[in-house]
Amino acid sequence: MSLLSTLARLEAIRSGRAEPLATVRHRHLSDRPMVVVPLAAAGEAGAPLAVLLGTDRAAPRLHLVPQPLNRTQRFDFLARFAAELLPYLESFGAEVEQIEASEKDPETGEKTQVFRELCADAPQLIVPNPGSIRHLALLGRSTRFRRTAEDADPGPYPAPTRVPLLGRWLTHLTERSQVPGSSLLLPMTGLLARHWATGQSHLEDQHLAAQLAWHSPPPGLTGAEAAELAETERDAHGQLTHPPAGPATDPRFDELVLAGAITRHDAALVALQHLTTAGQPAAGLTTADRPAERQRAELLVKLASEQLHAALESVLLPTWRDVWHGLDLLRTLPPAAHLAERWESDRWSYTGHRDRLAAGEPPQPKQDDAVTAARKLAQREREQVRVDVQEALDDPLVMAERRLAGEAFTGVVTEVTPAYDTSGRSPKPRPLVTVRTEDRPHADPGREAHRANGLAAQKAVIVGADPAEGTITVQVTSGMGRKKEPEPGSLPEPGDRITFTLFELTPRQSAPLPDPDDTPWTHGGPPGSADHSPTAAEEWE
Amino acid sequence: MNVSHLGQAQPLAQRLAELRGRAPQRSLDARALAALAANPGCRRRALLDAAGVDKAAVAHRLGRPAPFGQSPFAIARGNVFEYRLKENGYAALLEPLRRHLGLPEHTDTPLAVPDLLHRSSPAVRAGRTRVALAEAAADPAAWTLLDHPMLRLTVAGSPAYLEPDAVVVHGGRCTVVEIKSFPILDGSADPAKVGAAARQAAVYVLALQETAAEEAGDKAGEEAGRPTLPSPYAVPDLPGSPELTVLLVCPKDFTNRPTVAAVDIRRELATTRRQLALMTRVDQLLGSLPAGTTFDLAPDEAGSPTRPSEELADAVESVPAAYRPDCLSTCELGFHCRAQARCADSVDQLGPGVRGELGTITTVTEALKAAADLNTDPTADPTSETRPTETRPAEARLAYAAALRAEALGRAAR
Repeated sequence: MSLLSTLARLEAIRSGRAEPLATVRHRHLSDRPMVVVPLAAAGEAGAPLAVLLGTDRAAPRLHLVPQPLNRTQRFDFLARFAAELLPYLESFGAEVEQIEASEKDPETGEKTQVFRELCADAPQLIVPNPGSIRHLALLGRSTRFRRTAEDADPGPYPAPTRVPLLGRWLTHLTERSQVPGSSLLLPMTGLLARHWATGQSHLEDQHLAAQLAWHSPPPGLTGAEAAELAETERDAHGQLTHPPAGPATDPRFDELVLAGAITRHDAALVALQHLTTAGQPAAGLTTADRPAERQRAELLVKLASEQLHAALESVLLPTWRDVWHGLDLLRTLPPAAHLAERWESDRWSYTGHRDRLAAGEPPQPKQDDAVTAARKLAQREREQVRVDVQEALDDPLVMAERRLAGEAFTGVVTEVTPAYDTSGRSPKPRPLVTVRTEDRPHADPGREAHRANGLAAQKAVIVGADPAEGTITVQVTSGMGRKKEPEPGSLPEPGDRITFTLFELTPRQSAPLPDPDDTPWTHGGPPGSADHSPTAAEEWE
Repeated sequence: MNVSHLGQAQPLAQRLAELRGRAPQRSLDARALAALAANPGCRRRALLDAAGVDKAAVAHRLGRPAPFGQSPFAIARGNVFEYRLKENGYAALLEPLRRHLGLPEHTDTPLAVPDLLHRSSPAVRAGRTRVALAEAAADPAAWTLLDHPMLRLTVAGSPAYLEPDAVVVHGGRCTVVEIKSFPILDGSADPAKVGAAARQAAVYVLALQETAAEEAGDKAGEEAGRPTLPSPYAVPDLPGSPELTVLLVCPKDFTNRPTVAAVDIRRELATTRRQLALMTRVDQLLGSLPAGTTFDLAPDEAGSPTRPSEELADAVESVPAAYRPDCLSTCELGFHCRAQARCADSVDQLGPGVRGELGTITTVTEALKAAADLNTDPTADPTSETRPTETRPAEARLAYAAALRAEALGRAAR
């Protein structure tokens, strides 16, 4: 945490409300996001309990597993989840634009023009917190290798047809969410914490309701008091008035509400099954009573199921409203300038996965091979640098952090002196620009500086700094056109306020990895040398 | 209780009992010890735990109950998993264990599971475990499994009783077995949970080392006590001393079948030993308490506390705490201490990182004053602004940060 965000937190403590950490919105928000609030069954990794999802805040859809230990019911749930989520994910695949690219022929070395499809938009899932992302990742891991009845070897417990597909999408989205700056799957707590500071620690910010309490505390309460209420307030039945955003439920809820509702549902179901399978009617009843008895049993199952729905809905709805409230807050911020560029990467990611599915590729392996892992790591590092640079350029508040760290300086131009490099055949313009600044960058002479938010990329070299005067002089070396004199408007004028950064504004390309076929055996060898077939003989209890 | 080898043990125990009042003593489990070792500076927690005070009840009376609890589903699943491990003479546990220890899968030697008197008091159980451990270690060919043994560890001058899931003894050495219900998925598990399990197991290993040392000391007729080791990683080679690798038994992937992973706990052991040694001794903590301090809730016949909460708050207040936000998830008094930190305007409420960043500044008001002081008007001519004094770096940096923040937000508002 930087000193600037610490300061914002301190201010939030004093004001009792969340304080801004950004002046623009740094993440893309879709016009039609899908909010997903998943719940996990306690005690078992990746066991789903329920999910509340939808693109319409007025009409959330609830799906649940009545008995979390029952495999069939779990598959039914996953099939319903898939039926809800997959149409949304797939709906973005139809509208594409053609992107021109050149491809080098491996044999002739000739460049040919090719067109690649890029989906015009991509889906966006918003979940309450990082825990929800981990839960979705576990769901993806546990379902993408399932065999279905359509497979050649369905195994003893075939899953519904679309469930493995759901697993592959969830895996793709959760993997993508690890890439810095990506926006296909976003946790609301992280989004809010990126843009506003609360007067509590990061740990406490993981509680979505508590974090939101700092944004709109009820009249008469400070953010801290409102957050504490959100964390701990219980009603007359000992239930939290603001249940945790999941994926785990409150243990008291499990104990006092959920356990009973599940047991009742189980009992009703057993009674109904007993009636359907048993040949003999219950003692004292004639066969004529059977339809009535059956009807009664069905009614009981329905009642129990409704109770279960009501109980889970009551713990999910507050979080559902919180996530949408968070979206409202984020939409009040103007979008950052570089959002479209980063969203395009997300669209490429989405298109790529769409194409892999269409090509019939196998599901993502359990563990990446060395080359894939290296590639992913390199991508994440590159994207981290890109996000850091772009956020600084988009947002003066982020640039302020870099200035505080001595990596950039902002000031008013006091003097522009023409100068020329006469070492070559024709003199080149190398004007000197002096900036008066309060910042104290690590401006050693000879260090390269980059002009931020100029019309074109412009490099300069620091030639001198006078800390007593508060001035820094740089020699501009590029971005002035090809002529003898700098292009008009390409240089700052005295009185202009400009920013130079000491970090590069375009991330450096890392050295390319060798071709898959040239991969040494130390790094997994060429593809095909190892058997990557997914194990399907996995038990699932 | 067999704590009487210390001369002043009796008054100490008596004093701790006074603090506890009429409530039964809460045993200090390994989880609590590991959490305490994570925040060794907290005197409040050290004292209340040493006295065996029911912190949850105290927190409840203070109006900020701890939100902890375990879901019945999680408990049920954990029990089922443990039960399955123990079926057929611990077959599910021994098979991966033998494979891991590199021993033949089928041996003629039967597994001995001595009765450890699970219904007795902790002190009796600890004594029984010690005897069973010595017997098992004496025969190198035997396989012995101590199911939920009771170990004793001296923490800050008072005994703590610990109950590992199991200890396997073979060849004169013992191995701690920790059964956990989080899965090992594709060969890896949640690092935070493995870390917590390793810290917990380190406490057991420490207790077993102490037991082995005491046993050896008793035999030699010497004075019992923890030997001083030349290095934190040095291991005394005594009969029955524990391996420094513990076995973690977890469900494999999404199944309920066990898988075993060996966890090297040398680092955790060294850390825990060091932090436990650093812990202020309880007698010193007691010495600084005002006379007559007690955390007695004075329950009436129905068991509901009658002690006025203000009086109780004063008693709690008399022991200083070292609040940090992760206390909220480990200590029952976390919410109370947070409220106090907020009341006291302390920067501790934002976490130890912020505390370190702000250096000598300890309160929010001070910090904001420092930010505002040197920066009365950010729009003023920058040359006329007072240069931050180099002698107070934290204040100067804060003022500079405040100026930058005001500038960035001001410009954005325009």
